[in-house]
Order: sequence, then structure tokens, then C-alpha cells
Amino acid sequence: MASLIACPHCGPRPKEEFTVRGDAGITRPAPDAGEDAWHAYVYLRDNPRGRHKEHWHHTSGCRRWLVVERDTMTHTIHAVSDASAEGATA
Amino acid sequence: MRYSAFSVFLNALRGNKGWAPAWRSPVPKNHYDVVIIGGGGHGLATAYYLAKEFGVTNVAVLEKGYIGSGNVGRNTTIIRSNYLLLGNNPFYELSMKLWEGLEQDFNFNAMVSQRGVLNLYHSDAQRDAYTRRGNAMRLHGVDADLLDRHAVRQMLPFLDFDNARFPIQGALMQKRGGTVRHDAVAWGYARGADMRGVDIIQNCEVTGIRRENGRVTGVETSQGFIGCGKLALAAAGNSTVVADMVDLKLPIESHVLQAFVSEGLKPFIDNVVTFGAGHFYVSQSDKGGLVFGGDIDGYNSYAQRGNLATVEHVAEAGVAMIPALSRVRVLRSWGGVMDMSMDGSPIIDRTHIDNLYLNAGWCYGGFKATPASGFCYAHLIARNEPHETGRAFRLDRFARGRMIDEKGVGSQPNLH
Repeated sequence: MASLIACPHCGPRPKEEFTVRGDAGITRPAPDAGEDAWHAYVYLRDNPRGRHKEHWHHTSGCRRWLVVERDTMTHTIHAVSDASAEGATA
Repeated sequence: MRYSAFSVFLNALRGNKGWAPAWRSPVPKNHYDVVIIGGGGHGLATAYYLAKEFGVTNVAVLEKGYIGSGNVGRNTTIIRSNYLLLGNNPFYELSMKLWEGLEQDFNFNAMVSQRGVLNLYHSDAQRDAYTRRGNAMRLHGVDADLLDRHAVRQMLPFLDFDNARFPIQGALMQKRGGTVRHDAVAWGYARGADMRGVDIIQNCEVTGIRRENGRVTGVETSQGFIGCGKLALAAAGNSTVVADMVDLKLPIESHVLQAFVSEGLKPFIDNVVTFGAGHFYVSQSDKGGLVFGGDIDGYNSYAQRGNLATVEHVAEAGVAMIPALSRVRVLRSWGGVMDMSMDGSPIIDRTHIDNLYLNAGWCYGGFKATPASGFCYAHLIARNEPHETGRAFRLDRFARGRMIDEKGVGSQPNLH
């Protein structure tokens, strides 16, 4: 894991200030979306060896949710943006 | 060659020129009855039991690195069967029973040492939880002893019993738990499988899985195409990478777990001890080094290396439990890639493809499970039905609401 995450609001900050939530590619289905959709949402994950988009929370900073694009093999961070800019609703 | 005291003696007289390699390095055949992807502990154990117990010997184990380069050589070597839940308990106890007879069974010194595993408790609530777990173990015929503070102090006087925040009240002990030399487990299973005709093919990475009419016909590898009757996945942290080749989406995330060895010290920790107030577990190797570990780093990773923040966290937990550790120097640290499942328990099951089998989701508890995992997986592959003790580890248990969540933290893999 890279030592710094470039928060779009606070600038480069030590990664210890951030909390990882996980896969940013999953979206909460509608309540009546059916069991398969809910099973996929709760239990199935993209788990790529390579570039991966994740939700990180800047817990000890601006407390914004971010989308961090990161390489799971090299730990390089490629892009960081505010989760609301990515269209996240939940 | 069968290893014995006599063979050691005889070879010593002959200048140790009589030793042969423990396993061959064969050129892969065009076709095998069973191909196992992953030459780690579980893959090798599966091949061993397929050949020995189920008579399936036309088997290849494909390993992308060398034998022992993955998690089987990267763990803290602990074995135990102190589980609470029904799906887990009989399975890990089967594993413990196999550990107890393993060295005679595969004729290799794996240094199985049943030195006892102690889980410390620090509060009344934790004592009650451990009492419950101990009772569950005993009901399944597993040994468990609840020790009070005095009894623990007799055994481990150097613990910080009066820690201001987490005083030690006692421990749940499994005397039959302990440690095993991890490399020897890989080597012993590899040698035992090879002796029975299994081809172990190292430096052979699977790059694709070929399918025809809804069945797997073979694998594309860095050493060419290898056909198979049945394909068995045992790729641990890389399970998702392999499952992606057959469009199988898994309830798994890959995370990095670090482990550590200290400089050599005189013997002072006789058992395996775990901290109940944080995540820290330690034992002392026969060379004198303390072998210890803690939590996973918490973010998805395939990198086999972790972060210093976790190193610091592990060291803090260790010093909170054993203040004398504060001046011990760490010799080495390393990381392994864990296939963290959504309920913290593994998967040994068939898949949506008839002749494709899955063994994954071991989180960071895979080492102790190696014999039972291999045995149950071999049973599943050979007979196409699950072994009795591995029946609960189904892939569809998440959809059916039959999770085996030992820690009760839900579908958050980095918390298991």
C-alpha cells in the first residue's frame, strides 16, 4: 500500500488517516430487486489482481468518502476522487 | 526411498551420496485424470490423499512458483481445533487427528509439536464466551481446559497479568494444539504424492481454462496445454484470478497478512499463546526465534508484502501481552495473500461446471486445515460427493443463509 493518498480536498496525506471500505463497483439494489441481486450485493466481490476501485473514508481528515483507484499487485495509487463525483449515493 | 534412522545411518557411512531428490521434476503429460491448480499445502495434500486413499494416481499439481513459495511457507505454523460452530468443529478436529498421525503416514519428519494453545481472556464476558467455546469443543470430543489466572501464571509468569486496560484473568487451553514445521508439511506431502505417481510441475502458471460443451477440457499454462478429466482449484489467495477464467464470481477478497520472526532467544515460551484483547499470537521455534503475527492489513492486496502501520500495531499488541518483548529485535517479516471469505470459513465444493471443483476461502486459517482440506477435497474429487466433515463448506451457503461465521462479524472480509 502506498504511504500517501492524495485526498482531493486535503492534498497528499498519510494512508493511516484513511479507512478502507472495499469494492466501489457494487451498488445497493432496489429493495425488491430479488434474491440474486441482493446476494451479489452482499457477498460477491470483484477481486482483481491489478487495478481496483475502492471506497476509502478520510476518517482523520475531511471525513469525505473517496473513490481510490489502486493496483492490488504493486500498491500504486492511480487516481483519487470524491465519491459523490463518481455518482455514489449510499 | 523410505526414510528411517537406519537409512540416515547407512547414508552417513556412504558419505551421504545415496540421497535422491524427494520428488521428480517431470515434463507435463498431455492429459491427466485430475489436474490441481496450486501446489501449496492444500493442493499437495489433495494430490497425496487422492493417490493414497482414493487410488487416483494420474494426477498433476501445477504450481506457478516453487513448492513452498506460497502461504504454506509463509504462516505461523499453528495447529488447533478450538472452534465453536458445528460446520467448523468436526472438520478441524479431523485435521488435528490427521496431524497426529501425519509423520508416520507420509514418512517425513514434520516436527509436529503438541505444545498446547492458550487463548487468554481479559474480562468476565470473554471468560463466558470461552467457556461456551470450550464446552462446544468438549461436546464434539475435542479437548479443552479453562484455566484461571493462577494456573496461567504458573505456566507463563512473564505475561502482563496486571495490564491496566486488559488484565489477564485466565485462558482457554487446547493441550493438543501446537505447531508443525510448515515447510516439511509441503515437502512431505509433495514427496508422498510423487512416490505414488503424482506429477508435481513447478514454475507452471495457469493462464487460461479451456471449455467445451460446458465441461473443462484442460488448462493453458506457461508450459503449454495440459488436458484433464477433472480440474481442481486450490489457488488460495489467487483463487479469484483462476475463477475469473471460468466466469465464476467468488465471495472472496484477497488480503495481505504479515508474519514475523525475532532473533533467536533462549527458550521461554513453551506454548502457543494468543492475546485476547487484540490480535496477536506467538510461539517460539526450535531455533529460538519468536514466530508471531496479528491482523491482516485490511485492504485488498496480492503483493505478498504489507505496511509498517500493521507492523507497529502487532508490536504494540505483543508488548501489551509480554512486556519483555519490547527489547526483542525482529529478524524478518513477510506477507502472504489470504483468500478472505465473506463469513470467515472456507469453501470445498463443486461448481457450476460439472468437472470443476473449488477449494478456497481459507482466510488466514488455512495451514492448520491442510490435512483435512486435502482429505475432504480428494474425497469430493474422487467420489463427486462431499466428505461428511466438509459438507458445510458449500459455495451456495451465502445464498441459502447458512453462513459459518465463527466471529459473528458479517460479510466484511477484512474483519474476519
